Amino acid sequence: MNEMPKFEQATEMTESKISAKKVQVYYGDTHAIKDVDIEIQPRSVTAFIGPSGCGKSTFLRTLNRMNDTIDICRVQGSIKIDGEDIYDPKVDPVQLRAKVGMVFQKPNPFPKSIYDNVAYGPRIHGLARNKAQLDDIVSSSLQKAGLWDEVKDRLSEPGTGMSGGQQQRLCIARAIAVSPEVILMDEPCSALDPIATAKIEELIDELRANYTIVIVTHSMQQAARVSQRTAFFHLGVLVEEGSTDNIFTNPEDKRTQDYITGRFG
Amino acid sequence: MSLFWLFLIILAIALVGYVLGRARALSSAGGERSALHSLPSYYGANVAMKAAVPAFLLLVIWLLAQPFYVNSEVSGLIPDTEIAEGSSRDLVLAEVRRAARGLENAVRSGAMTEEFASNARADISDVTTRLKEAGQIVTSEISQPILIAAQRYRSLSSIGNFYMSIAVILIAIGGALWGLRETKAEFRARNTVELGMRAILVGAASIAILTTIGIVLSLVFNTAEFFRIYPASDFFFGLTWAPSFSGRGGTSELGIIPLLWGTFYISFVALAVAVPIGLFAAIYLAEYASSRVRSTAKPLLEILAGIPTIVYGLFALLTVGPLLVSVFGDNGIGIMKAGTSVMTAGLVMGVMLIPFVSSLSDDIINAVPQAMRDGSYGLGATKSETVKQVILPAALPGIVGAVLLAASRAIGETMIVVLGAGAAARLSLNPFEAMTTVTAKIVSQLTGDADFASPVALVAFALGMTLFVVTLGLNIVALYIVRKYREQYD
Ligand SMILES: Nc1ncnc2c1ncn2[C@@H]1O[C@H](COP(=O)(O)OP(=O)(O)OP(=O)(O)O)[C@@H](O)[C@H]1O
Ligand SMILES: [Mg+2]
Repeated sequence: MNEMPKFEQATEMTESKISAKKVQVYYGDTHAIKDVDIEIQPRSVTAFIGPSGCGKSTFLRTLNRMNDTIDICRVQGSIKIDGEDIYDPKVDPVQLRAKVGMVFQKPNPFPKSIYDNVAYGPRIHGLARNKAQLDDIVSSSLQKAGLWDEVKDRLSEPGTGMSGGQQQRLCIARAIAVSPEVILMDEPCSALDPIATAKIEELIDELRANYTIVIVTHSMQQAARVSQRTAFFHLGVLVEEGSTDNIFTNPEDKRTQDYITGRFG
Repeated sequence: MSLFWLFLIILAIALVGYVLGRARALSSAGGERSALHSLPSYYGANVAMKAAVPAFLLLVIWLLAQPFYVNSEVSGLIPDTEIAEGSSRDLVLAEVRRAARGLENAVRSGAMTEEFASNARADISDVTTRLKEAGQIVTSEISQPILIAAQRYRSLSSIGNFYMSIAVILIAIGGALWGLRETKAEFRARNTVELGMRAILVGAASIAILTTIGIVLSLVFNTAEFFRIYPASDFFFGLTWAPSFSGRGGTSELGIIPLLWGTFYISFVALAVAVPIGLFAAIYLAEYASSRVRSTAKPLLEILAGIPTIVYGLFALLTVGPLLVSVFGDNGIGIMKAGTSVMTAGLVMGVMLIPFVSSLSDDIINAVPQAMRDGSYGLGATKSETVKQVILPAALPGIVGAVLLAASRAIGETMIVVLGAGAAARLSLNPFEAMTTVTAKIVSQLTGDADFASPVALVAFALGMTLFVVTLGLNIVALYIVRKYREQYD
């Protein structure tokens, strides 16, 4: 059952895509993220792991400023994408989110047709000049998300009427449709069965060729299967970050070792 | 024995039953609480329940049934000759009841002795004077048959009351004894009390439903009576509303169309005001406002909903009407003659409905899952794009339901119409003309001094029935839509 393919690990280092320095996040008086420094490599998959409540989602959401939608949330420190500080007042968070897409834990297709779900982003951002171009974007996004063959005959049916795994791939297609450079995924498989999970993992591995992917996961095996680099969070602190092979076979920190061997969390 | 004392006695029996039941339960277990199936108080409650509930039920049923019995008994004593031209047996019976009540009060205040009051051969004029002296209003001189009927009424009532007291107290005591007999350590008092609670709650719910049915039935019977004396087609398709209250030969024209037209026209204006404003306010509160603004603005808006509609009516009469006249009246555009108009009432009613629409829509918008918003924001949509393309479409069925509920309130509104729109039934397109609605006309038909059996009074029931059917239909559609929408995310 658990005979999942182990994808080969890319290890070569390049100029980092995202670079975070001394990031602090507060929810009101709660200090949820403390002094996090991390470099995220382009065209690779980085996994965030750690016990529940340690701040993985919080940190992930700082990367496309989704935390702006929470009233009491404050972010300090610097986060640069392609060398540009995304918290600079000149940056429009709406533009930023087109460049840094997001896939959520629970599949959340809009209550619209499959076509309209995928076309939503391109329409908002005016990416297509006419209907034919929009059709192209929709079909190529669905193809990249590995959903095209399953839905090409039912594009006008509601997106909410598909299986959970299909819905999640629809959400990935929806994110791809605005041609982002980075895709953030917060536990994208936690609501799915093993077969749907395997499909999404395969998809993530394919997408790595064109996108920078950051994925939060609770499954150690998943992190090991899909990611090239892994970051371990604990109580709001980034404990250890390195190549996935190293983290899983030879962790430096005692806490990392305890966590991946299942002693807590 | 007065009802109040009877009430207290039943309660006392129940209380004593409670104490005894509790004590008996404890002693049957030899003072060992853990040997009891339920807590001691449940045994007490079981006894109290069995004492009080059947007794009160009997009391209520008896109180409802006795007048019917007494009336029919007494009615047989009145000869047909006593029923004057243009009067009816019911009116004479009412006279009998008044006389009986007069006798009762006179005896109680000492103006008559008991023997005098129940003496069948008493002198009529003497009785009448004594009643008048005792301050008991008697319309004219009491006639012999009426006096006899009244005396019979009194004696039947007091005998009835006497037996009622006995029966109720016996039932209460019997119930208590039954409860006490059951009280043993292994008796499942807790489950029995639970069943009893359930029965009481079911009873309350059924009373609510039964009264609704009663209201509908009373409407139906009077409506049928109306259609017996006035043709239904003239009522539903007549274009003129001209009731003639005077009996002097004038025939009434009772067409509902002008009233329905006024009703829908005013409601339409009201909704045209309330829906956009209420909806936008709801969107602001749900999506844009910070929690501080929201926590003050929402209660403020809802205060509007607590203002009695008569106050809105005054606002229409004293402020909005004159304001509109100064703009659209003879000194302005010249299409408005007086302050009362469809526009006046519609605008004010719209203001009244704003909090209704906004608080319902606010709930509906909040019910759209946060995941929908996250999904949209995550794709780089702005707030207004998210509202327009994701939240409103998702919430639309619910909002339609809210609007329909608001519409049915607008249709049923009366005070604002009476004060703001005038009383003239008119078929006109000009919103600055006075018109009136179904509800306002129901009030004026019933508050006139027309005879209750005449078509001009009975038409009120037909109007009420029509209104009831229209709003019921709207509510059913609205609830259906709202419910369907709720299922969408479950
Ligand atoms: N909207 C919020 N308001 C206040 N506190 C929050 C909010 N969201 C998260 N937190 C707090 O921030 C901390 C980190 O939460 P976060 O959701 O980032 O954890 P997580 O690592 O994603 O956990 P999980 O694995 O369970 O998803 C927690 O202590 C949480 O209580
Ligand atoms: Mg999380």
